[in-house]
Amino acid sequence: MNEQVRIQLEDVSYTYEEAPSPALSHATAQIREGEFVAVLGHNGSGKSTLAKLLNALYLPSEGRILVCGYDTAKDEFVWEIRRRAGMIFQNPDNQIVATIVKEDVAFGLENLGVPTEEMLPRVESALAAVHMSKFADSAPHMLSGGQKQRVAIAGILAMEPSVLIADEATAMLDPSGRQEVLETVRTLNRQKGITVVWITHFMEEAAQADRILVVSDGQIVSEGTPREIFDDVEKMRDLHLDVPRMTSLAAELRAQGMPLREGILTVEELVEEVRRLCPSKSAI
Amino acid sequence: MLTNITMGQYYPVDSPIHRLDPRVKLVLTIAFIVAVFLVHTLLGYALILGFVYLVSRLAKIPFKMLIKGIKPLRMILILTFLLNLFFTAGETVLVEFWIIRITREALRQAVFYSLRLIFLVIGTSVLTLTTSPVALSDAIELLLGPLKKIHFPAHELAMMMTIALRFIPTLLDETDKIMKAQMARGADFESGNLISRAKSMVPLLVPLFVSAFRRAGDLAMAMESRCYHGGEGRTRFRVLKVTKNDYLACAAMAGLIALIILEGIFLT
Repeated sequence: MNEQVRIQLEDVSYTYEEAPSPALSHATAQIREGEFVAVLGHNGSGKSTLAKLLNALYLPSEGRILVCGYDTAKDEFVWEIRRRAGMIFQNPDNQIVATIVKEDVAFGLENLGVPTEEMLPRVESALAAVHMSKFADSAPHMLSGGQKQRVAIAGILAMEPSVLIADEATAMLDPSGRQEVLETVRTLNRQKGITVVWITHFMEEAAQADRILVVSDGQIVSEGTPREIFDDVEKMRDLHLDVPRMTSLAAELRAQGMPLREGILTVEELVEEVRRLCPSKSAI
Repeated sequence: MLTNITMGQYYPVDSPIHRLDPRVKLVLTIAFIVAVFLVHTLLGYALILGFVYLVSRLAKIPFKMLIKGIKPLRMILILTFLLNLFFTAGETVLVEFWIIRITREALRQAVFYSLRLIFLVIGTSVLTLTTSPVALSDAIELLLGPLKKIHFPAHELAMMMTIALRFIPTLLDETDKIMKAQMARGADFESGNLISRAKSMVPLLVPLFVSAFRRAGDLAMAMESRCYHGGEGRTRFRVLKVTKNDYLACAAMAGLIALIILEGIFLT
């Protein structure tokens, strides 16, 4: 494997103060450069704890986390880690600091001590990358949820990170806003090669990732491509996680004796597969 | 509706006065206050009035708006006027009946004190009408900057002001939402006497405070993850530049003060 490892979790556990059991226990995983990895789990599974560990907001109780080669437990690397692994949060309102969009995008740069004359071009290109240039002078509270999340992403982008961590960034948005934000992040992943850790409980979003880590009860219970993960319909049900509707429909049909192939995620794929099985009936 | 409030009393038009450096404006306002206290003649007040009129024309602020700013002060103004009128000792009696005795000196003092109060309010209104709250907090941070040496939290103060301004519309929105939710459950915010109305605010304030604290926690985490670590080593996106107009404004203010002093010396 010649791709560079961006995030490395080595047997990581984290227990909240006075909590009886760890929120995350013995997690081991690797995320490589340019990957789009979804961390899937329902509420209370420990996925948000994982996000905060990756940004050195929490420090592991046991084990070790390396972000871009820096150990999160070491104080002197905290700012390096946060610059390289930017994070966007669930509530779009609670992460915007300034009263004007472009000033908020510049907030991270101000903190890093970037010279003033370098800021404007970086702010402008970050806003252009998330298609928010025409809102540069707007007040954040006049924007929609999806637009606010895109501003938050621009704020991270301006710092030129190599990893973007999204902690349920779409959970408070309406469907169109959710699509808008996911699309933006996927484009950044493809065009700029930014490694993405997408934490979510939406199956449809996880299905669009390169790889999925499934988290349940503080443990990473399975890992693989979306097809590998969702084909194990039984296991997903045991974990109280849904699989995409077409995958579960295909599994039902297979159980009824229809020899459909594995790994179906979308309507188009199912239609094609059914067509392949019944070539004479073109009316499907 | 609630989200569209204008913040403070900022009057957003473009004018040479609006474009002045907020630091310069803040300092000049203080100078103006000093100038008002230097005046001891009616002619001096006429000078001040002329100056204020000129500035408000330049700033494109309707003069009516400045007058409106005095309205909330009318009780204090009347009180100041009457107290000075009746209780100032003087020689030349103008009116005297029963226990009331109005002297020439008292009348003079009453008029001057009231005028002084009016001009103080108008002077500071010009500042807040022409300077956005964000620019003002910038100016305060930069002007208080030297005090950082004695551990005065200038940056923190300005950051707090910025965050407060950022969250005013958000929290107003939320208040509106909670109010509607509680009204849908039968809460009554409008009827009853003062005490029962104050009590009915409790179901509004409790959720609002809870949510504000949650927001504060979230925001602190978001700021930290964007490398915020206080004012040290921080650069600024917004830069303030002193231009030719700022020097002109300073010269105008110096001229006003000089005129007032000269007039005080030679015409009394």
